[in-house]
Amino acid sequence: MRRAVFNLDEEAQIVSTSGCENKQMTNAPVKPLPKISCKNIWKLYGAKASSLLDNGKKPDLETLRKSGVIGAVRDVNIDIMEGEIFVIMGLSGSGKSTLVRCLSRLVEPTAGEMQFDGIDLLKASSSEMIEIRRRKMGMVFQQFALLPHLSVLQNVAFPLDIQGVSKKNAIDRALDVIELVGLKGRENYYPRELSGGQQQRVGIARSLAVEPELWFLDEPFSALDPLIRREMQDEFLRLQQLLQKTIVFITHDFDEALRLADRIAIMKDGEIIQVATPENLLLNPATDYVAEFTRHVPRDKVLTVGSIMSQMTHASGNPVRNNARIADIARSVLTANHPLPVIDENCKIVGSIGKNAVLDVLTTNGDMR
Amino acid sequence: MRKPALSTLVWIGLCLITLVLAQYGKTWSKSLDIGWIIKYPSWWVIPIKDNISNGMKWLIEDARIGSVFFIDITRSISWLIEQPYLLVKGFLSVGLLDGVGRNATQILPPLSWIVVISGISALGHYAKDWKLAVLVGSCFLYLSVFGQWDSAMITLASVIIAVPLGAIGGLLLGITAYKHPRFDRLLVPVLDLMQTIPIFAYLVPILFMFGFGAVSALVATIIYAMPPMVRITTLALRNVPPEICDFGVMAGCTERQMTWKILVPSASQSLMLGVNQVIMLSLNMVIIASMIGAGGLGFDVLAALRRLDIGGGFEAGIAIVVLAIAIDRLSQAIARKNTNTHREHQDASWLKQHPRSVIIIVILLVTFFIGQLLPFLQTWPEAWTLTTGTIWNDTIKYLNINHFDQFEAVKIFFLTYLLLPLKRFFLGLPWPWSIAMLIALGWRIGGWKLALLNGALSVLILVTGMWTKAMITVYLCGAAVVVSSAIGIPIGIWAALNTKVGRVVGVVIDTLQTLPSFVYLIPVVMLFRIGDFTAMVAIVLYALTPAVRYASHGIRNIKPELIEAGIVSGCTPRQLLIRIRLPLALPEILLGINQTIMLALSMVVITALVGTRDLGQEVYIALTKADTGRGIVAGLAIAFIAIIADRTISASAKHVRQRFGMEAAHG
Repeated sequence: MRRAVFNLDEEAQIVSTSGCENKQMTNAPVKPLPKISCKNIWKLYGAKASSLLDNGKKPDLETLRKSGVIGAVRDVNIDIMEGEIFVIMGLSGSGKSTLVRCLSRLVEPTAGEMQFDGIDLLKASSSEMIEIRRRKMGMVFQQFALLPHLSVLQNVAFPLDIQGVSKKNAIDRALDVIELVGLKGRENYYPRELSGGQQQRVGIARSLAVEPELWFLDEPFSALDPLIRREMQDEFLRLQQLLQKTIVFITHDFDEALRLADRIAIMKDGEIIQVATPENLLLNPATDYVAEFTRHVPRDKVLTVGSIMSQMTHASGNPVRNNARIADIARSVLTANHPLPVIDENCKIVGSIGKNAVLDVLTTNGDMR
Repeated sequence: MRKPALSTLVWIGLCLITLVLAQYGKTWSKSLDIGWIIKYPSWWVIPIKDNISNGMKWLIEDARIGSVFFIDITRSISWLIEQPYLLVKGFLSVGLLDGVGRNATQILPPLSWIVVISGISALGHYAKDWKLAVLVGSCFLYLSVFGQWDSAMITLASVIIAVPLGAIGGLLLGITAYKHPRFDRLLVPVLDLMQTIPIFAYLVPILFMFGFGAVSALVATIIYAMPPMVRITTLALRNVPPEICDFGVMAGCTERQMTWKILVPSASQSLMLGVNQVIMLSLNMVIIASMIGAGGLGFDVLAALRRLDIGGGFEAGIAIVVLAIAIDRLSQAIARKNTNTHREHQDASWLKQHPRSVIIIVILLVTFFIGQLLPFLQTWPEAWTLTTGTIWNDTIKYLNINHFDQFEAVKIFFLTYLLLPLKRFFLGLPWPWSIAMLIALGWRIGGWKLALLNGALSVLILVTGMWTKAMITVYLCGAAVVVSSAIGIPIGIWAALNTKVGRVVGVVIDTLQTLPSFVYLIPVVMLFRIGDFTAMVAIVLYALTPAVRYASHGIRNIKPELIEAGIVSGCTPRQLLIRIRLPLALPEILLGINQTIMLALSMVVITALVGTRDLGQEVYIALTKADTGRGIVAGLAIAFIAIIADRTISASAKHVRQRFGMEAAHG
């Protein structure tokens, strides 16, 4: 099963190896500005919640438990970059849903600071928040949250409708996004007439109708069957190729996180334990907890050539790209009689890769213990 | 945890003392010259009812807001409600009139029977299918064939006006309560009280404020029918999935957009069921309220009862039943209808999309014009009217002549072995002991809060001088509840265990539940004449349904694993029932009994018409004498009894559920 889920499919590969302008590079030369950045975000539930944080105190789990306070989000610091897919991964109850609701201010953080596009988000008035949500944010929900009394077209046009966009423009725009998510012809259906996957496509279309800059997806595929989930992940990557949004994606599925993320934040008990690229997470797990997740992952599908190559540059034969996954180049390395050269996006040789390095990855693949 | 053995002994002892006191208390108190312990002395009564009456008088005669008299405000509201009522009544029953009284001339005739029947059938077809169309169509056809058309249309007109007002009012209150929890906390006890005070009690002040006639009946109906809508609205809004609310916020909805574009439409399915409730309660109330001048079917029944016109009463009663069934089925079908399916031909013309409306308009025009020439198309000719009155008269006569002894035997049996002993028991108990026992029971079951509530409410009943009448009420309802449970619970259990029986019982119960409470009086009075036994039978008939329904629901909802575990352990079917099913269904059965008590108490006032001497009679007398204070105090006393019974039984049901681990213990 795990294998089946993780078999590389074409589209994902296209994303990861398509040309030199690919933004999925692990060592991007120019660091973009953070789109949203939060400092020391706390969300505590309970009677004495705010007094525990007075004067910048940072209570630990034990203190919270003793005062009968639940720490849903504890001291979170993250910067989410323009145009990246930032995945927040955690098991149920880890606070990931609360965190994303803090980012959109659906839930009011108990303490902390948030900057969005240079605006102090927590200081924004409720009418400013309405404006920000109307124009700059979009959100997709786990249970789709479609309005049952509206047709697909009306659902997608809804956010435009309440902004007061003229009916004709709203419908034109809605029809465009419906086509974009592949639901053309179903405009007049009602949500309950659609399958789960189709309903979530409506949810996605609806959140994209207002052309948001920041796109929240709260476990969007968790309610779907495994096969549909996979199809939707591909669809999601295709859309992101086209749209280049800044994305905060919540999931409890580590495989999904690895597949989609530019960077992953692992959450546990309301805290962020580690933020890293999928590859770094595998190579340098910060704690045993993270290592536990990575242990069963087929490493050849995540690790790239660049992370295991040797610095020796004298090699001959067909070169391989430094951001190619091991799984894709294993056959050509193993069938060659000598190490192959590794090139970067400028087609400059940066190192070489031999049989032993590849065999190391393959033999520690998945659960070996 | 108290020691079970000791506390059980204490309770057995207390029960014995109670029995002995009830038996000999009267004689003892006489010999000791402390008669006040049985009969609360009248000079100790706090004159609350006079204060209320005076307050009402002041409100009507002197109260003013600014320079406007209070009474003028209520009378203008009354005028506002009357206008649409007259319009609808005009369409359905008397035609649009110009002028008043005898000088009135008809500008436009009312809708012909053909139009109304085909209209209602079309609605049935739209709401569900041909079957429903035929059902509601024939119900209305029945009304015209059996000569009940005019009265039925007046009743229908009242319902048509009362329902939107009640539903919209309830919706708005419910939305406010949902948004402002503080308002909600204020509203809930008011709603509790509104639903337990008998309607007659607030009829008098309404009469003062809105004047005698149809409008007062409408106002009373709206007040009576609104509480369930309020409750269902808050509940439905709370049940909107949180993600949908989150979506609303994320889409940038303003407060108002949130309410009207997200919450209310998302909850519309549940809200429609609330509207169904409003419709049925309105119908029930409209029938009762016709006593204060609304006319219609209820008035016919009452008039027939007063004339002892058995046949006439039966006919009007059946017309009520038929109307109730038609309206209930129709509104339920509309509530359940799912309009959310896409249509293939979006661009077809209006005519093609609305075939039913077109047909009805055509029928309307045709009958209007041809009806000028052929009057039978306009109004159902009297010559065609059938009557079953004589059949009913003869049947009752036959039963009374040939089976008088059997009926009398049943009546005497119940009187000697149930009613009279119970009456003696409740009237013989010294009131200080009763109150003490109520407090002790409250403490035992629900802790000090319940003890305090029981104590306070019973003392209130006492000091307003209602104690004796309250005891008669308790005895009458108690007897009815015992009989209802004895009949209803076994039927419920049987229905749960046997699918075939279950189906039949289900249909019967559904129908019984849609009938206005008034209807139950008719056959009973015919057979048993007036008196306590008649009242008890009527209450039993009305209050039976929840006992059956909850028992059957409780048995059916037991987890199948538990039954399987029993079978695997080798239980016989009998053991399965007694050892597993009954104990597990106990909480549900208790709740059913609770509902039975509530219905019994609400029926008490209606049975005042057959000559009881309880609080119901007090309320009824207050109504005929237009004595606001007397009616409200007696009504409140009934409400207090209801609240004591409800809280105590709910608490014990909760107790049982906690013991079985079906509900988390508080803490």
